[in-house]
Amino acid sequence: MLEVKDLHAYYDRSHILQGVDLTVGDGEIVSLLGRNGVGRSTTCKTIMGLVAPMGSIQYKGEEIAGLKPHVIARKGIGFVPEDRWVFPDLTVLQNLQLGSKSRKNSGRWSIEDVFKLFPKLGERSNVHGGLISGGEQQMLTMCRTLMGDPDFIMIDEPTEGLAPKLVKQVGRLIEEIAQRGVSVLLVEQKLSIALKISQRLYIMGHGKIVFEGTPDELKADESIKKEWLEV
Amino acid sequence: MLEYIIFSLLNSLLYGMLLFMLSSGLTLIFSMMGVLNFAHASFFMLGAYFAFQISVYIGFWPALILAPLIVGFLGALVERYGLRTVHKYGHVAELLFTVGLAYLIEESVNLIWGRSSVDYRVPDALDFAAFTLFTTDLSAYRVFMLVISVSMFVVLFLILTRTRIGLIIQAALTHPDGVSALGHNVPGVFMLVFGGGCSLAALAGVIGGNYLVTEPAMAAQLGPIVFVVVVVGGMGSLTGAFVASLLLGTLQTFAVGIEYSLSDLLAFFGVTMEAGGILKDIWRIQVSHTGPILPYLFMVLMLIFRPKGIMGKRES
Repeated sequence: MLEVKDLHAYYDRSHILQGVDLTVGDGEIVSLLGRNGVGRSTTCKTIMGLVAPMGSIQYKGEEIAGLKPHVIARKGIGFVPEDRWVFPDLTVLQNLQLGSKSRKNSGRWSIEDVFKLFPKLGERSNVHGGLISGGEQQMLTMCRTLMGDPDFIMIDEPTEGLAPKLVKQVGRLIEEIAQRGVSVLLVEQKLSIALKISQRLYIMGHGKIVFEGTPDELKADESIKKEWLEV
Repeated sequence: MLEYIIFSLLNSLLYGMLLFMLSSGLTLIFSMMGVLNFAHASFFMLGAYFAFQISVYIGFWPALILAPLIVGFLGALVERYGLRTVHKYGHVAELLFTVGLAYLIEESVNLIWGRSSVDYRVPDALDFAAFTLFTTDLSAYRVFMLVISVSMFVVLFLILTRTRIGLIIQAALTHPDGVSALGHNVPGVFMLVFGGGCSLAALAGVIGGNYLVTEPAMAAQLGPIVFVVVVVGGMGSLTGAFVASLLLGTLQTFAVGIEYSLSDLLAFFGVTMEAGGILKDIWRIQVSHTGPILPYLFMVLMLIFRPKGIMGKRES
């Protein structure tokens, strides 16, 4: 599905990504872990075309590095940003409607699906996005991206600042996404849901991948956890 | 007194709506692209000149439609081939680009139509008094201006709140990256908004050029006031721009008619100022003479006490 090779990216003059290699297979849930500031979000933004890339990004066998974000999105890549980017002046329903790429929506996900999964969003469908709670905003952002029917979705820190009950809901939604045949790259700081739901994990440190393996391999490796994850 | 108030209110509304036609485009462009378009008022001037030229050949009514369309198209070209190219060098470069463009347009107008004003007149069909209130006539053309500007406001409002492209524009005001990551062509939307904004400014020029004076200095006269509207109204807020337009329209219109000075005010409280002293002139300035500085005073106070404007979403 996605193959990133020797990816570099800069913010002004600081060298944020220093040669990232990662792959996500069809229908796989892969987690990208690491402390704050190691370049996880930048990796997503670079794949999305929001930060200028240097290196190779292949999606479904096609080179997409250097394309514009909306072109990349239209090829089937979805991105749920860490800071959510909920459109504050639009209602919950309008936020969802802008998620689909055209007026007609014929993808895997419908607005009815979303309201069934998260009845709270249905109840508040006419409330402005800026006025709903942080947890609801998180669900809204994820569902909004799903409305565009991506084949591959990057979800950046979806559980940050959420109550434990909501964290579980996010985990369930991600599994539901994978069940519908969408590949997932989950970015997390904590191990919480990543160990449970992902097939493979990457750990980033200083702009590079420093560990790659299965959840069991990571569980067994205390030194890696200590060096790259614990605060 | 009542007559004065009613007519001043009407004039304020008229002037305010004209300001809004200019500032609505500018505020959308400013908040979406972060570019303060210094050439915005120049597109207003182009609208007036194009309307004048078109009226000479085929009349005012076609000009009302054609001039804004042509200017809007020019604006879109400027965005696509000018601003977008300069964009990668940052906001300062973009700002300088628009400043240069403003001079370019002004000098071109000088070159083509000359330095003095052109004879752009209210069309004969609207050159009569619509009705008389108390002792003053209200010309049909002013009623027409009001109708055009109010309907423009309604159409703009409906487009922004009821259409999909309007929702995309509103969303891009706060999170342009988010909108493009959802698969919407944000650069395309920028071009559309820039062209649309220029076209609105031109429409203001078409209906305002014959009411005011169509001359090469008209852009430089109105330009700064439009910036004041954008700053006072607040970044990213069309409603703010609307309120600020009406507010500044009222402020300026009413100030012009008030012939009291500070010493009159003090006299009202029974204090008489001596005729001498270093500040003697200040006491004698009439409110009507302060009209031109009031908007800027208002802007400076606004920036000090409420930097994000009346309804702004973020501090610029």
